[in-house]
Amino acid sequence: MTSLPHQTDKKLGLVIDLDICVGCHACAVNCKEWNTGGHSAPLTDNDAYGPDPSGVWFNRVHTFEVVSEDGCGRMVHFPKSCLHCEDAPCVTVCPTGASYKRVEDGIVLVDADQCIGCKLCSWACPYGAREYDEDAGVMKKCTLCIDRIYNDTLPEDMRVPACVSTCPAGARSFGDLGDPDSAVSKLSDRRGGYALMPEQGTKPVNRYLPPRKPHRTDAPNALSPVAADGAGTVARWLDKILSL
Amino acid sequence: MHPAKSVILFTTVSGAGYGLAILFALFDLAGMVPPHPAVSLAGLGLALLLVVIGLVASTFHLGHPERAWRALTQWRSSWLSREGCMALITFMPTGLYLAARLMGKTDVIPVLAGATVVCSVLTVQCTAMIYASLKPVPAWATPLTPLTYHVLALASGGLVLNALAHTLGFWRSDFVDILSLLLLSGMVVKIVYWRKIGRASATATAESATGLGEIGKVTLFEGPHDADNYLMKEMGFQIARKHAMRLRRLSLLWGFLFPLLAVSFASFTQGVGASILVGVSLLTAAVGLFAERWLFFAEAKHAVTLYYGNDKV
Repeated sequence: MTSLPHQTDKKLGLVIDLDICVGCHACAVNCKEWNTGGHSAPLTDNDAYGPDPSGVWFNRVHTFEVVSEDGCGRMVHFPKSCLHCEDAPCVTVCPTGASYKRVEDGIVLVDADQCIGCKLCSWACPYGAREYDEDAGVMKKCTLCIDRIYNDTLPEDMRVPACVSTCPAGARSFGDLGDPDSAVSKLSDRRGGYALMPEQGTKPVNRYLPPRKPHRTDAPNALSPVAADGAGTVARWLDKILSL
Repeated sequence: MHPAKSVILFTTVSGAGYGLAILFALFDLAGMVPPHPAVSLAGLGLALLLVVIGLVASTFHLGHPERAWRALTQWRSSWLSREGCMALITFMPTGLYLAARLMGKTDVIPVLAGATVVCSVLTVQCTAMIYASLKPVPAWATPLTPLTYHVLALASGGLVLNALAHTLGFWRSDFVDILSLLLLSGMVVKIVYWRKIGRASATATAESATGLGEIGKVTLFEGPHDADNYLMKEMGFQIARKHAMRLRRLSLLWGFLFPLLAVSFASFTQGVGASILVGVSLLTAAVGLFAERWLFFAEAKHAVTLYYGNDKV
């Protein structure tokens, strides 16, 4: 059924700290590594070492430049994967019932055996969380590593999504965002976690933690120029000699 | 949005089929087409044929066309599923209507013709709502989308009916009056639509997409990969504004004005001259309406492009 559940028992999701993320892409690579052998295996990887590589990734790291009004710029690395929305439009548009949101944990999944590959779900998602597998002819997406988080054969500390376990900086946390007392909910509350594009009305579960403000607010935005524009070589020599 | 040929063909050709069915049934109820079996076979048969061509074309873009039947199951939530169901349901009254005309059972005609009209209108509505219900594509998420689909379905179906009327000799001058009204309405709706999407304020920005607006102006510094991915190819299709303007003019002229002139001149002409003009009206309309539908996709911006360098949608 592609009608959404009224409520889910849990709201499993990720909290991503943009203040910590260093943009190393390890989460994206380990996601690909795990999932190409997991629930949605294989993840297409065409012309991987050639001039025009293409394929399915569940997690991609974008890098944005953010420039404040007073001209102070900063770089923000921005990993993006499925937000496992409460009002997931990708689920309700699915004509076949292949897309569904699980009642027990809120994870949004695709049943590859029912998917007809119409791609409408990827049009309905404002975040670009769904990627079409040209080879298999079906839509694929982040599973929140259901084949890890419930996997009894893994040691307990490994039962988190691949992106979370691999992040060398500790920028990613996994847990139940529906439980206000969970570690991830508390972390999100403490740090002002926010949802992406709330105006789309999708109610994402994943939360992003904003980059912290710079420690020194009185620091100059830019150094003063060392040489005046237009001064020729001789004039600059003269300037140096006369300034001695 | 990537303008897939199969989807353009589906929406235009099946639209013309439903428009033809609707107008044929309405004209029949008004006594404007002769109740002759050959006329009904031509009108309703062609309508059904166009719908079938459109529906078959729509399965070409599927990754698994053999599973297409599954698309009939989720009508409770999905407009695409509703569209599939309504398309199948509409075959029933239209087929029975044609059968009744062929067998000369006139007492059931009003009910079946009425049902054909209602079902066809609902199917076109469902087709349009597939697009109009997509919030991440603000150029589509407007009541003007279903309005455009309805008016253009009727205008293109009307052109086919007019051509049939000329060929089979049941042409009347009021066909051209109605057709002119439909073609002019189509022109107005498209102009209003283009003005609307040109002036629309942003529904989402790079700042809201990243949530970094409090810090300042957000621009993409580096994409996640060197090569274009599926999202960029499917949702990031871009058309130069210069070409868009040229295509808009082309679709207005070829889709509406040229057919209008052709059917008008045809009404004063006899024999071969009329046939040629009616043929011209169909060909120019086909070019214009394909261009219109191509633009409908190509000009529509998707919210995901905000993560790939676009600043607002």
